[in-house]
Amino acid sequence: MGEELKVIVFALADEEYGIEVDKVRTIERMSPITRVPKTAAFIKGVMNLRGVVVPVVDLRGRFGLPEQEPTDNSRIIVVAVDDLEVGFIVDSANDVIDIDTDNIDSPPEIVGGVKAKYLHGIAKLGDSRLLIMLNLVEVLNKNEIEQLMQLEG
Amino acid sequence: MDMNAYLSMFIDESNDHLQTLNENLLRLEGEPEDLSIVQNIFRSAHTLKGMSATMGYEDLAALTHEMENVLDLVRNSKLKMDSFIFDTLFKGLDALEAMVQDIVNGGTGKADVTSIVAALQSIFSGEHKLSVPDQKAAAEGDSSNVDKPILLLDEYQTSVIKQSIDSGHQAYHIHVTIREDCLLKAVRAYMVFNLLEAHGEIVKSEPSVQDLEQEKFDRSFTVFTITQTKLEELHTQIMNVSEVETAVITLLDEESLHLLSTPTANQQAEAEVKKAKEEVAAAIAVVEKKEEAAKAPAAVAPRKDSPAQAAPAAVNRTIRVDIDRLDTLMNLFSELLIDRVRLEQLSSEIKRNDLTETVEHMTRVSTDLQNIVLKLRMVPVDSVFNRFPRMIRDLAKSLDKKIDLVITGADTELDRTVIDEIGDPLVHLLRNSVDHGIETVEERIAAGKSEVGTIFLRAYHSGNHVFIEVEEDGRGINQERVLKTAIKNGVVTEDEAKKLSSDEINMLIFAAGFSTAEKISDISGRGVGLDVVRSKITSLGGNVTIDSAFGRGTKFSVQLPLTLSIISAMLIKLGSEKYAIPLSSIVETSIIRRSQILNVHGNLMIEFRNTVIPLVSLSRVLETPDFNDSAEEETEIVVVRKGEKWAAVTVDEFIGQNEIVLKTLGKYLTNIEAISGATILGDGQVALIIDPNALIK
Repeated sequence: MGEELKVIVFALADEEYGIEVDKVRTIERMSPITRVPKTAAFIKGVMNLRGVVVPVVDLRGRFGLPEQEPTDNSRIIVVAVDDLEVGFIVDSANDVIDIDTDNIDSPPEIVGGVKAKYLHGIAKLGDSRLLIMLNLVEVLNKNEIEQLMQLEG
Repeated sequence: MDMNAYLSMFIDESNDHLQTLNENLLRLEGEPEDLSIVQNIFRSAHTLKGMSATMGYEDLAALTHEMENVLDLVRNSKLKMDSFIFDTLFKGLDALEAMVQDIVNGGTGKADVTSIVAALQSIFSGEHKLSVPDQKAAAEGDSSNVDKPILLLDEYQTSVIKQSIDSGHQAYHIHVTIREDCLLKAVRAYMVFNLLEAHGEIVKSEPSVQDLEQEKFDRSFTVFTITQTKLEELHTQIMNVSEVETAVITLLDEESLHLLSTPTANQQAEAEVKKAKEEVAAAIAVVEKKEEAAKAPAAVAPRKDSPAQAAPAAVNRTIRVDIDRLDTLMNLFSELLIDRVRLEQLSSEIKRNDLTETVEHMTRVSTDLQNIVLKLRMVPVDSVFNRFPRMIRDLAKSLDKKIDLVITGADTELDRTVIDEIGDPLVHLLRNSVDHGIETVEERIAAGKSEVGTIFLRAYHSGNHVFIEVEEDGRGINQERVLKTAIKNGVVTEDEAKKLSSDEINMLIFAAGFSTAEKISDISGRGVGLDVVRSKITSLGGNVTIDSAFGRGTKFSVQLPLTLSIISAMLIKLGSEKYAIPLSSIVETSIIRRSQILNVHGNLMIEFRNTVIPLVSLSRVLETPDFNDSAEEETEIVVVRKGEKWAAVTVDEFIGQNEIVLKTLGKYLTNIEAISGATILGDGQVALIIDPNALIK
């Protein structure tokens, strides 16, 4: 038995993803987002999180998946890694589970169109359910955003 | 007891005490005779020692203890301060600061300070005077020939010993040294005394019994005793006292007694040294002083004219608050403001008298509350200034200049966020003044100035701004050289240079890639020039100007906003989006017709107050999705300025003027073009704040 890891589960396209619960500050319903000009397309803007201005990233856009209009199920997961605080728009978020770290395998090259470097690993959850563990540090990598900006610009 | 709970308090208070020590030592250097300053220093050092020992930082406590020993001698007029003592104490302070810093960074506060401790101990024992083999000793005669101080007995003591010897008793001179790691020195001394008294009689001891009891001695003491016991036996017995390292016993005979009591002409000086080291020390100190004056090394006498300094007795009824908590308070409060706006809207819709009255009352209360919350974040600029006297002292010393730093308005208050940012630019400006402004003593004398240069550091309020000035009476800016360098470095062309006004030439030293220094010194680190200073100050919403008269001095004037957390702004609309433009950079607002827009070489311009200024389409800069001003016949404009340059910015609609709470966009979104931050509006939405400086090229 490895260690127990508490994970927030959310959905994006047809996949299920997981983020360690200690990296998640809060999960919010969709709220008005103010566009910030001249930023990468997947940066939707900034929102007011109880008095703090927090940037919001569409995680579909960040992973190069087709974006979609927010629905009633859409959520904003606000994560805090080091001194970065960012909200992720996800299709839905409705589960907290414990995972045995022994059940997490290193990621295969390509999963559901998401680049391997964004992933920590794949967790197997019993009944052939797979959970993709996110590597938040890479997802929030600012150098890559700047490169993307230059490509778009 | 869990010490971690007290750690932050310890660190805060240690820093306070270190600051006090630094300030008072500097003051003392200016007025070495003022013993009340020494008292202050001693008290701070003593508290610091106690705190460190309680917290278990032994090295910190040990070093402070050594400094305290020296200070105690000074306090009791047994030792006169001289430049060696000052330097050693300052070195000690630096070491203490490094140790506290280490603790702040989670370290153990341990450091190797043996050399400083040794220096302090040599001061304490008076050896540093005697070990100076140069001309100072020569000036004192042959006093330095004495390798070990011997006690001088007075007439009565001499006769007592003499009689004892005559009647067949032994008189001994005993020099006892206690082990270095001894914890209870006074107890050991007492045990030795007890032993000697059991065998005979003690005639004299050095230090005095009283001092020994109070542990006011280093590691050794000397005793004259009369006894019948044999030398060897006495030695064995003394050595039996635990933690005694050595005991040197000398049998006194008439001859040695004679030497001790009647100094010869040559021995006179010698005896003086022996008898009262401190007196000689004082004499040397005086000689040193004279030499110092002749040699003319750096001397700084910082003065503070702030009233707080003048009345240190007033007790401050304050508490320390974590700045994060204040930020949280601020955030919560802005939430409250947003709710207030909603309530006001609701009450005006519902139109019930009692509701309206309640909401109005709440509005008044929250306005008062807002003022208080903002004031909580104000900090006297002294917290930045207080490190400068020491810095100037050290710089002046290393550059061999004489500089007087005069600080005024240290009690001027600024928002915490500004305070945190303004330190480095000021350090830069001050270093520039010391390095490039103030001349060397020879140059100053040649120029007919007093040999001591003066730097004024002033802070004062003016309107919604705080001004900080760094002014010095040095050599001033050599405009010819500035121009030459600027042209050489490609900052301006020769043609441009001819048109520049005197002020504009001065401002050239703020240009990027500019340096007038012929050689790069480590003092001002000319690699990073003043351009960094200017961009920092500009980023704070401030401004810096230079005033200089060649040969007479230079004045840097820094203008800063009172606070960075709340500003007045004009809210505007571009389609469905709302933006805020800081009022401080708005010249005026107006409406123009399409026909008034001029096209100059493809650039849109308008005529405004008899000049032509560029017209910037805000919707184009911000790429707004649902508004385009090119379709409008009449357009609202905001005229903004950046220094002397103006530009007109087209907007869709004015919403009105508002006090807004500044928020950053966070670390994830940095350097967004034309956006300097964000604010939260009454409806809870985020509005971006336009950076007008970015709109003017």
